[in-house]
Amino acid sequence: MSTASVPLPAWINYGVIPLLNLILAFLFSGLVVWAIGENPLEALNFLIQGALGRGDAIGFTLFYATSFIFTGLSVAVAFHAGLFNIGSEGQAYVGGLGAALVALSLDHYVPWYVTMPFAVVGAALFGAAWAFIPAWLQAKRGSHIVITTIMFNFIGAALMVYLLVNVFIVPGKMAPETRTFLAGGQLPKLDWLMALFGLKLGPAPFNVSFIIALVMCYLVWLLIWRTKLGYEMRTLGISPTAAVYAGIPYVRTVIIAMLISGGLAGMMSLNAVMGASARLQVEFVAGAGFVGIAVSLMGRSHPVGIVLAAILFGILYQGGADLSFEMPNITRDMIVVIQGLVIFFAGALEYMLRPAMVRLYQTATGK
Amino acid sequence: MNLQSSANEPAIELVGIDKKFGTVHANKNINLSVGKGSIHGIIGENGAGKSTLMSILYGFYHADEGEIRIQGRPVTIRDSQAAIAAGIGMVHQHFMLVENFTVLENVMLGAEGGQLLAKGVAGARKELKRLETDYGLDVDPDALIEELPVGNQQRVEILKALYRGADILILDEPTGVLTPAEADHLFRILQVLRDQGKTIILITHKLREIMAITDTVSVMRRGEMVATRKTAETTVTELAELMVGRRVLLRVEKGDANPGPVLLSVKNLTVKDGRGVTMVDDVSFDVRAGEIVGIAGVAGNGQSELLEALAGIRKPVSGEILIDGKPVGAADPAALRQLGLAHIPEDRHHMGLVLKFEEYENSILGYHHDPRYGRGSMLDLDAVRKSAEEQIEKYDIRPPNARLKTANFSGGNQQKIVVAREIERDPKMLLVGQPTRGVDIGAIEFIHRRIIEMRGAGKAVLLVSVELDEIRSLSDRILVMFAGKVVGEKTSDADEQTLGLMMAGIAA
Repeated sequence: MSTASVPLPAWINYGVIPLLNLILAFLFSGLVVWAIGENPLEALNFLIQGALGRGDAIGFTLFYATSFIFTGLSVAVAFHAGLFNIGSEGQAYVGGLGAALVALSLDHYVPWYVTMPFAVVGAALFGAAWAFIPAWLQAKRGSHIVITTIMFNFIGAALMVYLLVNVFIVPGKMAPETRTFLAGGQLPKLDWLMALFGLKLGPAPFNVSFIIALVMCYLVWLLIWRTKLGYEMRTLGISPTAAVYAGIPYVRTVIIAMLISGGLAGMMSLNAVMGASARLQVEFVAGAGFVGIAVSLMGRSHPVGIVLAAILFGILYQGGADLSFEMPNITRDMIVVIQGLVIFFAGALEYMLRPAMVRLYQTATGK
Repeated sequence: MNLQSSANEPAIELVGIDKKFGTVHANKNINLSVGKGSIHGIIGENGAGKSTLMSILYGFYHADEGEIRIQGRPVTIRDSQAAIAAGIGMVHQHFMLVENFTVLENVMLGAEGGQLLAKGVAGARKELKRLETDYGLDVDPDALIEELPVGNQQRVEILKALYRGADILILDEPTGVLTPAEADHLFRILQVLRDQGKTIILITHKLREIMAITDTVSVMRRGEMVATRKTAETTVTELAELMVGRRVLLRVEKGDANPGPVLLSVKNLTVKDGRGVTMVDDVSFDVRAGEIVGIAGVAGNGQSELLEALAGIRKPVSGEILIDGKPVGAADPAALRQLGLAHIPEDRHHMGLVLKFEEYENSILGYHHDPRYGRGSMLDLDAVRKSAEEQIEKYDIRPPNARLKTANFSGGNQQKIVVAREIERDPKMLLVGQPTRGVDIGAIEFIHRRIIEMRGAGKAVLLVSVELDEIRSLSDRILVMFAGKVVGEKTSDADEQTLGLMMAGIAA
């Protein structure tokens, strides 16, 4: 109660506190690892080595991070407008349809850099379209966006399976997926970028969509903090009554915010569909939409925070996979537990350490 | 400083109470002694530390230092249970009653006396009867709270405290929601309670009430207890100066009105609230350029809904609003601003400001599409901050920092942010709702002067306020609203009794 209103400098708020939360999360994860009879330090070493130790490890980490940046931005944009978009998962999935349609139509005729802008638009349009119905229901009918977006994840999954099994499947094949895109429908790897740092990318699918993701970070920052629309979204998100007073149109703002959110989620498919597998597969999103919620929460809905949080989750994904390979006792489920602890400490218990930090800060500055 | 409140022994003593919230020193070494069987007033501006002090007394906060003595014995008040046990009862500004329970059920709540109700109910009924005869607190024990007038609901709060054996009653701004007649009734009850030996602490910012009812009065300013006086030996002027720390003008000086053409016109307007209850019932009136029309009324008689309908926030069910003689139809707030209608809303926390925004962001709320703040869809933050800094300087908003979070400004300065934003746009018409609610005296003076300036500049001003003094000192014409209807129109020299009776629905 008494420390909540005391302002802390940004380097404590955004530097020290998240770092301490992260350390706490790893300490507790260490306890879990120790409890199942493995050496926590050794496990940590496998995790870090697996995520950052080699060129291809870093490549995989950044590949995962790219997906999480898109979905994290998606959740953040909606969140600024006061909307909790749980549907990034489904919007990314349907967005994949847009990206695949563009790739399938153009890959015979043009090089990748001509296909890319169309694919960006296609993925965004399909993702946005999937967000439109929940947005419209929220804006016009008051149906709660959390409920409708969750339901649309399921509807989207069913729709995609139907399309892949009945429409896009390659005749004579058993796998429910489209044909492999030609080079004109693929996003090239960023091996030159890795080479700049003297690293070899190897088989890791780290690709151009990482750069698209960073551009989107900048555009989202611009949108939220430098445009009139962003100002209206933030007003609506913090105080719906003040938004009414200010004449900010509720229906329009809600729908636009959700379209942008859905579009960003849809772009996640550029990374997975056009950058990695070069075909549209079932379940290619693989939970990235839900990780986006944690990434946005941890990154305080700010693009810079989202990039950092996305990389952290990339490390956990890639390093975790390596860890469970090296230490068979630590299963994939244990990795999920560790990820859960990170979300728990960094997200849910965000303010746990704040009162203590305020007291420390006050003693240190003598106030 | 440690002046004894009355000849009697003290019922409650605070010795060296000190409380800090972070860097805010809310209570500085407070000493206070309230005599048994007296009514003691505590006045002070918003943020002076009155509420913190009372919260410490009632166990919501804990003092960093100092001692509380009750009937001479030191006590530790850890929570409100302990406060009740020590004989302290509190009547909050906002009632803590279960609306769909009866009076009896509310009084018993938390003191039911066992698992089965029957015995407790019988006991409570008897006790209630006794309290009623002893103190003249007549309320039907079987009436539902939601069906009682506000004045009676407050009596239930007092009964609740007495039922729990309170000897010391703290009342926090008790007359804010009452009609003048109900307030008078409350004062009579308080006098009876005092004569029966109860000790009463009355927190208020209304000097008139202090003069009318208290025996002794303490003044708080910036966390300190700056003075304690016997009420009979002080004056309103002295108390006001003590509160603010300098001389204040209590009455606003203004010249004669010079009304021009009708700018804002309301014809047979009917407005319903969210539950479908008619709040504004067939109301018609005009506001001319260069005049201030005041709408008086007890809170909840349709003024708020009227103001919201005029501002485009609430859609009227029927009737017409005309600006410059043209019907505005279903115009939204943004379109009405374009027509030159500015609005200082009643509730600055939920409407007028986004408290989490920095000051400069609030300085453009509702006007963010103005091309001055950036072309096309972009916001030009440099331009916004520059205009915010100009407003800060012109309206003496403190601290003068456009990058400070709005929640960290005091109530008066928050209101100045709203007033600056709405007036600086040079509107043709100004809607003003409770312009000085929760605002300190210094800022009240400032805001009143700005409103009078608007009138001098030929603007049409509609003022809604539950503070009758404010309405009387600012308005050229006064409309009284009761139960959604305008029940009469008076000039600004109408006397308080007449207006009070009209506000209570007794036609004058």
